[in-house]
Amino acid sequence: MGRILLLVELKGGNDGLNTLVPFADPRYRELRPGVGIARERVLPLDEKVGLHDKLEPLMESWKAGDFAILQGVGYPYPNRSHFRSIEIWDTASAASQTLSEGWIAQAFQATSLPKGAAVDCIVADTNALPATGPSLRTIVMQDAESFLRQAASMKEKGGSADAGNPALRHVLAVRQEINAAAAGLRDRLRAAPAPTHAYNQDNGLGRQLDLATRLLAAKVQVVAIKVALGGFDTHANQAQTHERLLGILAAGLATLRKNLIAANLWNDVVVMTYSEFGRRARQNASGGTDHGSAAPQFVMGGSVKGGLYGAYPSLTDLQDGDLKHTVDFRSVFGTVAQGCWGLQRDFGLRQPQRLGFLA
Amino acid sequence: MTLRLDRRGFITGAAALSAGLWPALPAQAAQAMGFDDARLLLSRTGFGATPAEIRALEAQDYATAVDRLLGNSRPQAATPAPAWLDQSPAEVRRRQQAAEAQRKPGVDGKPLQIARPVQEQGRELRNWWVEEMLATDQPLVERMVMFWHGHFTSSMLKVRYAPGLFRQNALFRREAMGNFATLLKEVARDPAMLIYLDGMRNVVRQPNENFARELLELFTLGEGRYSEADVKAAARAFTGWTVNRETGQFMDRPAQHDDSEKTFLGQTGRFGGDEIIAILLKHPRTAETIVEKMWREFVSLRPDPAEVGKLAASFRASGYQIKPLLRALLMSQAFRDPANRGSLIKSPVELIIGTVHVLGLPVPEKTQLVRMMQGLGQVPFDPPNVKGWPGGESWITTYTLMLRQQFLRRIVEATTVASMDGGMAMKPGPNRRADRRQQVPGDDSTMQMMESGQMMGPRPVEGRSLRSAGGEARLGASLSGADSATLLRTLLPRAPIDPIDASASPGAVVAAAMLDPAYQLK
Repeated sequence: MGRILLLVELKGGNDGLNTLVPFADPRYRELRPGVGIARERVLPLDEKVGLHDKLEPLMESWKAGDFAILQGVGYPYPNRSHFRSIEIWDTASAASQTLSEGWIAQAFQATSLPKGAAVDCIVADTNALPATGPSLRTIVMQDAESFLRQAASMKEKGGSADAGNPALRHVLAVRQEINAAAAGLRDRLRAAPAPTHAYNQDNGLGRQLDLATRLLAAKVQVVAIKVALGGFDTHANQAQTHERLLGILAAGLATLRKNLIAANLWNDVVVMTYSEFGRRARQNASGGTDHGSAAPQFVMGGSVKGGLYGAYPSLTDLQDGDLKHTVDFRSVFGTVAQGCWGLQRDFGLRQPQRLGFLA
Repeated sequence: MTLRLDRRGFITGAAALSAGLWPALPAQAAQAMGFDDARLLLSRTGFGATPAEIRALEAQDYATAVDRLLGNSRPQAATPAPAWLDQSPAEVRRRQQAAEAQRKPGVDGKPLQIARPVQEQGRELRNWWVEEMLATDQPLVERMVMFWHGHFTSSMLKVRYAPGLFRQNALFRREAMGNFATLLKEVARDPAMLIYLDGMRNVVRQPNENFARELLELFTLGEGRYSEADVKAAARAFTGWTVNRETGQFMDRPAQHDDSEKTFLGQTGRFGGDEIIAILLKHPRTAETIVEKMWREFVSLRPDPAEVGKLAASFRASGYQIKPLLRALLMSQAFRDPANRGSLIKSPVELIIGTVHVLGLPVPEKTQLVRMMQGLGQVPFDPPNVKGWPGGESWITTYTLMLRQQFLRRIVEATTVASMDGGMAMKPGPNRRADRRQQVPGDDSTMQMMESGQMMGPRPVEGRSLRSAGGEARLGASLSGADSATLLRTLLPRAPIDPIDASASPGAVVAAAMLDPAYQLK
């Protein structure tokens, strides 16, 4: 068993209501008289909900049945601080609990990863928390060449090898990890072919997906790769910003899908988006939306069973103006841990939900 | 920045410090401590040390130097307070709303760049502290203020009221080396803390347990030393303590206080907040928690339980006086044990401030340094969560080690001939890029900025780096004139890990030392 998780963080709190639009619900128009997406723009997926029109590039995947949308994902007692809420997600903690280890690292606790690989996780943005913990060797790398160059300048020079104290041993072990990753990746990365379909290099996500595609094509043996797209904190004049970001996301993921199908890798990869929270149901006075709670997650991949999962949160039964989650994100993580890595994990949930989006 | 010790003061109070309660120290004749002990003492209690600072200390008797270090200190910062210090929360809110209202899109559809007071004040607040850390003549006070900030955490991201955080910082400053019991009592009433841990929402009809839980788990006893019932009882005892939303000052509202009987850690009474704190201060674990943490801050990453027990008993018996505890730690065998040289990892703030200090770099624009601190995982006034910075080994990951090396390499490449004053200057006026970055943590542009050389202003002049400029490299006043052996002993707490050619030019030796893994240690 071994599929690679490609985690896509949408930073700032993506507006779920305008991503997967509950167009048939009249309450949606009441809550979003200005910010809402007009009925005729929505790409319907069933009689109730549909995608924002800028997500049109993803319809091919939807039609092919390898695109799952998980509705109403969140957690109890939602925290509305960016910082704290992303930490809750990244460490799969309860709202009242502070954990330091990331959920992917937790999943691999007490397992033996094949040590042939030089690195277990590669983070192409800068938030490595999901993959932070002693069970994983994680490398943050925005660009392969500059990573290799930096690593080369940190090469050991064969000095005195006294054991030293724990602090020194730690620093040297981390340096060793960087060197080993660079040594293991160097040749493969340089030999990796350019993606068949080019990514838009004008945005960070395009560049990160380009790197991810090269890593996958080079058959670098990792359990996860992480990328991110920022800017979703749309408190004011949301429409233009949100449209632009969804367009970037859809183009990036659609290109990724084409590339991985062409490279015969699409069955081996599971793409999953997440964000620290969705946004307030009712629009604010600045043509934007404030921090909210539950929102949809996208999951794509050749082994994904497409369709809608979970229930769309009610627009009438709100909690402090926010949507009540219908799926706990830790159930999603549990499903991914099982489906990608064959690991049974409940992430502290007493009754994890079984979601069938991964075979 | 010249000799910091010169301006430090007086030996007053040294005798009083060791009065009776503390383990007797072996009587020793006054003798010169020597270079390495002087370096140890300075680098563990400040932000790096220059050869001149070390030289000024090396002929002194160690115990005398420790007492001098712990002598009278100014209870306020020397850097002038930001201008908005007296703005009330109501005023900040009003200004913030006005700024938000102006941030409508301009003709190009992009929001107009209007500085928002909350973000702008947060930036100025961080810069103010960085300025103080760079300029101070009493770095140990700054280290202790940072220690208490990491212990009694509050963050700008949640508090969103910079004057409140400034005043909390002033409290840490006042009691930096004063009295922990006083500090604990005042922190419980501190407006920024009441906001950060929701104390202001803690009312009789709906107790909020956030502060009470952290008080027990993080500030005093530590996990596993209390029950959930104790948390609930403590929360009820603190009900009614809140913040005046207009003035930002502490306010006790008796009508919101739960005056009924509570049972807390086995004792029963109609407790209020102060009684809960008094019970916690009688508990032996409270002193142990602080002593363990201080040990990890100043001595080594592996506290010795027997020593911690003894020090904690004395700390409690002294009524929680911080100075004698610090003195005992600095005088301990473990502190001076050669096996413990380089046994601590520099925090990002220590690495950055210390490097700038030791190299004598001019830094007209603090925002750049703060951004670097953010990349490395320690932004003053924004601890990652209520637990503060875990520190120790967790400072160094594959990511942060590479970033640290990049930061140092850039300085090494940049520290060179010709003036750098122009290089680091930035356009005056608010740095809104930085603000936006702080809105969403974990921004992804730090690395790219460093790669493209925007990060640290000073750029190599005429292509000559410290490393390659040979004898021509001007090391700046703080390092010039020192021979290679002295430079190595100044910059590194132990022998370099990778071989360094000590016969190379001083510039090359400094460069090699700063890029050696041992430079990450103190």
